[in-house]
Amino acid sequence: MSAPDTNDKAAPKRPPVSLEKARKARRKFIRSAGLTAGVIGLSLLGYIPVLDARAPRLRPPGALDEADFLASCIKCGQCVQVCPVSAIRLGDLTDGFGIGVPYIDAREQACDFSCDAVQCILACPTGALTYTKPDFLPVRHGAALAQAPVLKAKAQDPEPTLNLKERFGLARLARPEACLAVQGRGFSGQARGPAFKGRMRYVEVDRWQPIALRDHPYERELCDLCVTECPIENAIAMESFTGADGVARFRPVVGEQCVGCGVCEMVCPAEPAAIVVDAQAVWKEG
Amino acid sequence: MGRFADLFLGMLGAEPKKPEKVSEDVRRIMIVKYEDKERYIKEKLHARAHHHPSHVWRNRRWAVLLAVNLLFVVSFWLDIQILEGALTASRFVGFHMVDLNSALHVMLAHKHIIVNLFIGTFTVFLLWVMLGGRTFCSWVCPYHLVAELTEKIHLALVKRKWVTDHEFHRGTRTVFWALFAVMSFVTGYTIFETLSPTGILSRALIYGPGLALGWVFLLLLFEVFWSRRAWCRYICPIGLTYGVVGAISPLRVSYRVEHCFHEGDCRKVCLVPHVLDVTIKGRASEASMGLGPDCTRCGLCVDACPTGALRYEVKGLSQLL
Repeated sequence: MSAPDTNDKAAPKRPPVSLEKARKARRKFIRSAGLTAGVIGLSLLGYIPVLDARAPRLRPPGALDEADFLASCIKCGQCVQVCPVSAIRLGDLTDGFGIGVPYIDAREQACDFSCDAVQCILACPTGALTYTKPDFLPVRHGAALAQAPVLKAKAQDPEPTLNLKERFGLARLARPEACLAVQGRGFSGQARGPAFKGRMRYVEVDRWQPIALRDHPYERELCDLCVTECPIENAIAMESFTGADGVARFRPVVGEQCVGCGVCEMVCPAEPAAIVVDAQAVWKEG
Repeated sequence: MGRFADLFLGMLGAEPKKPEKVSEDVRRIMIVKYEDKERYIKEKLHARAHHHPSHVWRNRRWAVLLAVNLLFVVSFWLDIQILEGALTASRFVGFHMVDLNSALHVMLAHKHIIVNLFIGTFTVFLLWVMLGGRTFCSWVCPYHLVAELTEKIHLALVKRKWVTDHEFHRGTRTVFWALFAVMSFVTGYTIFETLSPTGILSRALIYGPGLALGWVFLLLLFEVFWSRRAWCRYICPIGLTYGVVGAISPLRVSYRVEHCFHEGDCRKVCLVPHVLDVTIKGRASEASMGLGPDCTRCGLCVDACPTGALRYEVKGLSQLL
């Protein structure tokens, strides 16, 4: 391109550079520019999974809204280390900018608050998980919990509430036709079969030590596991309704106190689950 | 400009310069050194003959690097809670520790700093100001270790002339540092963490492997077949962040021109050979000089030097002792 045609005009000070040297320097520069463009381009590929948000991740309790959460999470996994039921996992390369960022796969292992104190929030060094949102971050409409959620396991304690101000998801009866209660059926046995590894804390078994779901079989005339196993008070209830066939039936109805922990999704014996937790969803009236 | 500024600019990518002024001490040393050519050659051969190449500092460093990274692993696996978290952020017996580059990017992306983040960052800042910033790279970073091992493959292939080392401009790292910082600030995502093999490897060790290891593997392939230690030399902003932090550190590798035969063994093993330009004949301006902020204090040159001209030093302490 710009050949150095500086015969006698502008080259009095600079020592003469050999053509070979100049060519090498130019090659090195182009190579370096290529490296820069290549690595920056690769790093921006992380946008794809973030923008392609068809299935948002269920984040741990106390997580900031998704964009702020990804910005503030330092990807250290201290939340993973304190969780007594190992509900929290870390994102991989396929999560793009969400690499190393914690999420919960509720169907495999939900957060059952068996730590009582929401330890993951306590462990977070950057405030990506927080008890109290900083003032400059808005609270999405329908994300704030009307009242402090009461933890059933702590109901007898002087302070029975969880320190949680916003929900991190919301349960929904996604497939009512698959729901055993809607079908008028009971349930007996291991909720998720003998191979399921998920754990839960049963206060009547052990106040602090979670046990495997498969070691705690159920016997119900009408299946109501999502209601009885829900760790939060008044978050879900059985309501009667009249089916299309004119028969009185029951179905689980999610209330405004639902925090989105996903225990109902984990214990649901239907396959796939009849009730699911929608990550990052908010409460809508009516 | 002073030598400090020259070294700092050298870290950012500037070419090392010849000294404008050489001290009287060095002038005298050089005259004495070359007075008697025969004696000089004899001394050189003597030093070579009696030099038993050691890996003392390399072994110590590898031991420390492995110990730190395994302490993370066992703290979680055995639940002994000594060093919880990963290299990006952790708690050492309860005290917050936050990696400076990760902290910088979270601060730029999130634009909000909570107390714990500040405490952890400040603690680590002080630690590396004392120990020499880039000491992190060679004594702690797990990618440094795997890259150091695969570098041996690269060098073996170079020796057989199957591959050549394609150098990039050292200033590229400075450009990367600025671009990643701007990107974090503008997009609100800590984009560098998506690629950082330091974070990826640390998390893979502690929480189990994932697809991200594939990226680290590709990087290593690039370094083996295309460009020696490319990530650490030309890309990684963590190294520059720590380099800046450790610029005034008292812990350093220092060079004494008096003992040097200017053979360049040290530059061949060095990750950042430009810091050793001072060992080229005619480049030293003082009798004893630190290598500057880009030096990772890895000690490979200390091990390689047959005459003890390069050694670890704590500035100020050696005068006291």
